[in-house]
Amino acid sequence: MKKITAIIKPFKLDDVKEALVKVGIGGMTITEVKGFGEQRGQLEVYRGQELKVDFLPKIKIEVVVRDDQVEQVVSAILESAYTGKIGDGKIFISPVEEVIRIRTKEKGEKAV
Amino acid sequence: MFKRGILSLLALLLTFGESLAEEAQTPKLNSGDTAWMLVSTALVVLMTIPGLALFYGGLSKKKDVLNTIVMSFIAYAIVSFLWVLYGYSLAFNGDIGGVIGSLSKFLLHGVTMESLNGTIPEYLFVGFQLTFAAITVALISGSYIERMKFSAWVLFTILWFSFVYVPVAHWVWGGGFLAKLSALDFAGGTVVHINAGIAGLVGALFLGKRKDPILKPHNLTLVAIGTGLLWFGWFGFNAGSAVASNALAAIALLNTNTATALAAITWMLTEKIFTRKATLLGFCSGAVAGLVAITPAAGFVNLLGAIIIGILAGFLPYFAVAKIKPALGYDDALDVFGIHGIAGILGALLTGLLADPSVNSAGKGLLYGNPSQLWIQALSVFVVLIYDLIATGIILLVIKVITGLRVSEEEELSGLDLSQHGERAYEFE
Repeated sequence: MKKITAIIKPFKLDDVKEALVKVGIGGMTITEVKGFGEQRGQLEVYRGQELKVDFLPKIKIEVVVRDDQVEQVVSAILESAYTGKIGDGKIFISPVEEVIRIRTKEKGEKAV
Repeated sequence: MFKRGILSLLALLLTFGESLAEEAQTPKLNSGDTAWMLVSTALVVLMTIPGLALFYGGLSKKKDVLNTIVMSFIAYAIVSFLWVLYGYSLAFNGDIGGVIGSLSKFLLHGVTMESLNGTIPEYLFVGFQLTFAAITVALISGSYIERMKFSAWVLFTILWFSFVYVPVAHWVWGGGFLAKLSALDFAGGTVVHINAGIAGLVGALFLGKRKDPILKPHNLTLVAIGTGLLWFGWFGFNAGSAVASNALAAIALLNTNTATALAAITWMLTEKIFTRKATLLGFCSGAVAGLVAITPAAGFVNLLGAIIIGILAGFLPYFAVAKIKPALGYDDALDVFGIHGIAGILGALLTGLLADPSVNSAGKGLLYGNPSQLWIQALSVFVVLIYDLIATGIILLVIKVITGLRVSEEEELSGLDLSQHGERAYEFE
């Protein structure tokens, strides 16, 4: 099992969610986060003073999937979150040791 | 005997004639004027609470918004009391050497249900003028926010109102020496805005820079609501200053709206040229600068005059705020000097240039053949500026000794809402 964490542009959330539902994920968690990458910050202007804001709003998506789903899920995110402009985000893949469904106490891939 | 009879008859006729003339000159209450002034007074209340409070509150940091708002509210409340206690009497009643009025109307002693000011009840005139005093003090808070102790602000309100606002109001409006020189200030360019702007600058220098001196408004929606309330309330401020429901009030209203609209557009355009962004805050800042600049001129200039004032008011304060302030490095947090001070001085001087006697016979500017008016305006600006500089400086020194001026670094960084009032504006993140 793997956890796929994707940092995406907020306005792409609906597209990514639809794409992930289409490839059959069992569920997902999202968090509103702030950060910067290559895009760095943005300029804001208040009474003629330019102000550099380093942290930009982003959405963090976390999904846990079976090993055989990883490729499909990653390509779904790559396609749906893509704009081609700087700041599109990143995908991180990490191993998951165990998953337990609280209601039924099922473990492993059945609980994903 | 016959001669004596004729003389008695003549004396009787003369007395009768005098009493008839007296009757013709005795002012009478006019219900139309009274109604308009009641509305105007209420409109000016709206400018401070909540107009200015929201305008300033939205511009402050999230952790300081309540402190910023309450500075306007407490100033309004304190001045409300001090004005009826002694402020009105010292500003508008009697005259001692052109400098100050007398205390004979302390606690409105002698003001009765029958007392009139022109054609409106004196009680109403007291209330109308009260709102001007209150907003002037509240305006100053914009320079001092995010680092001043609340106790110091309370003390400042009491002292500055008593030793700066009251005498300056007497000089210009209460029959003092500037009034005798025929200085023109229709609705408070000198008394309200230059006065507040200079006090703001002096305080900003005394208080020093904030730990984080950047202007980063935490809620521009509040700023927009505050601006709308100020614009709306300003009709009471300026058109109310006609103290009558007449054509003068009407042109003051129209001049105010025209100059404000143009100043807002001009500021936005200027900003677009220099920063490539046309911002809401730019529009709001320009609108306030326009409202300020037209204030002394509202009842003296014609529509063309208002247009000129509006355009210049959207232009010069922008440079004061965006270029001069950063170059000089003082921390006038919300640009009280840059907007109220600069636009106030601009308006006062342009009144001396543009006052059109066909609008108001009391004012004749340079362009209408009276060059001395411009000098009188410049002199009144200079006198108020110097007095305000010195008096505000002394007041701040006294407060520094009594309570201290600034909160501690820790209190400032954690926010004044929490450190001064034990409250937080927003419980959601």
